[in-house]
Amino acid sequence: MSQPGEAFIQQTVIMEKKHILGQGAAAAWPICLGYFPVGLALGVLADQAGIPFWAVGLMSVLVFAGSAQFIAVAMLAAGASAWPIVMTTFVVNLRHILMSSALAVFLPGLSRGFLSLFAYGITDESFAVNMTRFRKGQWDRWRALVVNHLSNLAWIVSTMAGSLAGQFIPRGALGIDYALTGMFICLLVYQLRGRIYVLTGVAAAIIATVWYLLVPGNSYIVVASAVAATIGFVAGRLARRKR
Amino acid sequence: MTGIDYVVLFAGMGLVTYIPRWLPLLFLSHKRLPRWLIDWLNLIPAAILSALLAPSLFTESAPRALDFGRLELLVAVPTFLFAIKTRSLGGTVLAGMLLYWLAGLVS
Repeated sequence: MSQPGEAFIQQTVIMEKKHILGQGAAAAWPICLGYFPVGLALGVLADQAGIPFWAVGLMSVLVFAGSAQFIAVAMLAAGASAWPIVMTTFVVNLRHILMSSALAVFLPGLSRGFLSLFAYGITDESFAVNMTRFRKGQWDRWRALVVNHLSNLAWIVSTMAGSLAGQFIPRGALGIDYALTGMFICLLVYQLRGRIYVLTGVAAAIIATVWYLLVPGNSYIVVASAVAATIGFVAGRLARRKR
Repeated sequence: MTGIDYVVLFAGMGLVTYIPRWLPLLFLSHKRLPRWLIDWLNLIPAAILSALLAPSLFTESAPRALDFGRLELLVAVPTFLFAIKTRSLGGTVLAGMLLYWLAGLVS
């Protein structure tokens, strides 16, 4: 029997790497599509607020968090100083604690280096896509990492493009304002995998809407998510006990 | 603002954004999580997505007010059905954009 040659093994490794990139990209392209219009819009606003092109790129690289960046640009335009902007960013992005915790279930015992690299790319969108794939199986940390960083790249490129050329794109062209909403709708559908999940979703929708109307700021996301998950959890436990 | 001001500001924003993304992963990845915590965390994606989505569909943003007649909500219904039927993320994004664009032309 002949042993597989070195070249053969090397080729298999390359094929596998291509596979990871390909499957990661296949999962990430809807996110990139959704980021593009939003990134362009952010770039345009930043340009209008007088933030230079390179600084827009730097912000996207260092922060990579859509909603916080929009708020920061608005605050800069209103003449806010650095401290309130950093504090607001912190509060707006606290929801990532929940996502990072949930992802940890699927990334057990990995090296600190990998986890640090992975953590950088955790967003609402990459989180939902990766969680869905992890649950279905046939997903691993490398593919998930590709999703995180391709989305990141699309975000950086689109915000810089918006800063340079965004003002030439007509507002509302081709329904691009709806890209993120459409993405969230489908990602939510993926998550509704049973009664408890539907109950959690409905509870989160009601609590978030009421909280959003009553309390200024963005606390509604974290509050509604945590309370709704707790409601779903308790309901699930009660239902199990009855049986 | 000078160039240095921007660098300092964005570095600060980046730091406070990175820590909540990083610390839970770092600590929980090396712990055996209790069953109840896993069950609770399982519900977090549905909860977060719904919490992000609902106010954008059911409310006006400036000033904040309840409104069930918005185009965003009207388009969300067929988009939702499309997502259930096809389970395609890219398809749903495109369908939502197309419907929203068409609805904007009609209304």
